[in-house]
Amino acid sequence: MAADLHVALVAADREVWSGEATLVVARTTSGDIGVMPGHQPLLGVLESGPVTIRTSDGGTVVAAVHGGFISFADNKLSLLAETAELADEIDVHRVERELERAKAEGDAHAERRADVRLRAAAGR
Amino acid sequence: MGAQLRVYKRRIRSVTATKKITKAMEMIAASRVVKAQRKVAASTPYARELTRAVTAVGTGSNTKHPLTTEAENPTRAAVLLLTSDRGLAGAFNSNAIKAAEQLTERLEREGRQVDTYIVGRRGLAHYNFRERKVAESFAGFTDEPTYADAKKVAAPLIEAIEKDTAEGGVDELHIVYTEFVSMMTQTAVDSRLLPLSLDEVADESGTKDEILPLYDFEPSAEDVLDALLPRYVESRIYNALLQSAASKHAATRRAMKSATDNAGELINTLSRLANAARQAEITQEISEIVGGASALADANAGSDN
Repeated sequence: MAADLHVALVAADREVWSGEATLVVARTTSGDIGVMPGHQPLLGVLESGPVTIRTSDGGTVVAAVHGGFISFADNKLSLLAETAELADEIDVHRVERELERAKAEGDAHAERRADVRLRAAAGR
Repeated sequence: MGAQLRVYKRRIRSVTATKKITKAMEMIAASRVVKAQRKVAASTPYARELTRAVTAVGTGSNTKHPLTTEAENPTRAAVLLLTSDRGLAGAFNSNAIKAAEQLTERLEREGRQVDTYIVGRRGLAHYNFRERKVAESFAGFTDEPTYADAKKVAAPLIEAIEKDTAEGGVDELHIVYTEFVSMMTQTAVDSRLLPLSLDEVADESGTKDEILPLYDFEPSAEDVLDALLPRYVESRIYNALLQSAASKHAATRRAMKSATDNAGELINTLSRLANAARQAEITQEISEIVGGASALADANAGSDN
């Protein structure tokens, strides 16, 4: 088996997570995509959605990503997002409140963001 | 206490108060520079990866995109000028404004109409005072810009560049900001964001001689580029905002340091003058007493006879 992937999950204002991984699953505009070591060079547009990273030591990192890109070449994978949060950082109660508020105000965008966060938090 | 001495004392008190204030401002600015520098550093990975991706799409596909191809006959250009909301920063704002004016002049000489977009109250005040037209202005976040602010600034610019020139759109997008070189040096620079010149981008990201792999685009090269370029513009504007903020704090620190030094010098001079005035007063009092005593002695001596 090829060497592990080097993954960098980068938000606009900080590096959210980086490390070695064996599999990364993300949602692009044309469907979910799984990247394993040795994948063909790839550049795709991400949808809002949870990203799952299986780390080399057997753990799983889940993050909520809102828009951005996935790019992969030479076993280096970068996930670029305007905002990205690790599932561990997400405060479920707060997001639930946000979701309710978004629903009440009919703000589809905010509702979607909150929903993605909750799904990421549930998947950790 | 004599009138002269009282005046000096009062001025010393007022300058001391000013010195305390400028000293505090210097220290606040110094701590903010460090914070702002850290933010610049934190935003670098995103900007670097994004630039790499843009280079990859630009060179790896034969896509023609309005944002990467130069108009044959550019007639309108947008200039984004980054200044600060508050002054007390030495020549920081006037340098940026001067650079923007030079750029505007050059573009107009080349036959382009220039739309000016301004960030920061200082720049806006300068343009309003001269009754020049400003396409759009933004203020209130120059000290600590966030990515959301950069998006807000970028939105009308991206909209303008995507529009046809005949309908009020622009062909080019330039940005003028103050580059943070070091704590002591900040220079006002202008650069062209769009249309993108891929050579320059490759130079910046250090990928010039690197052979980029043939990417598989998901869903397609056009779509990726469509999504990528606005983000690229936003990230460049974000970076410029952060650098501008760091430069402003550094300039404030320097201006306040020299203000503090000047106040110290002024206090020294004034204390010497006050001392001299006090001494003169004492001398005068002594000579009055001595003069009075000897006049009395003379009078007494006269009456004895």
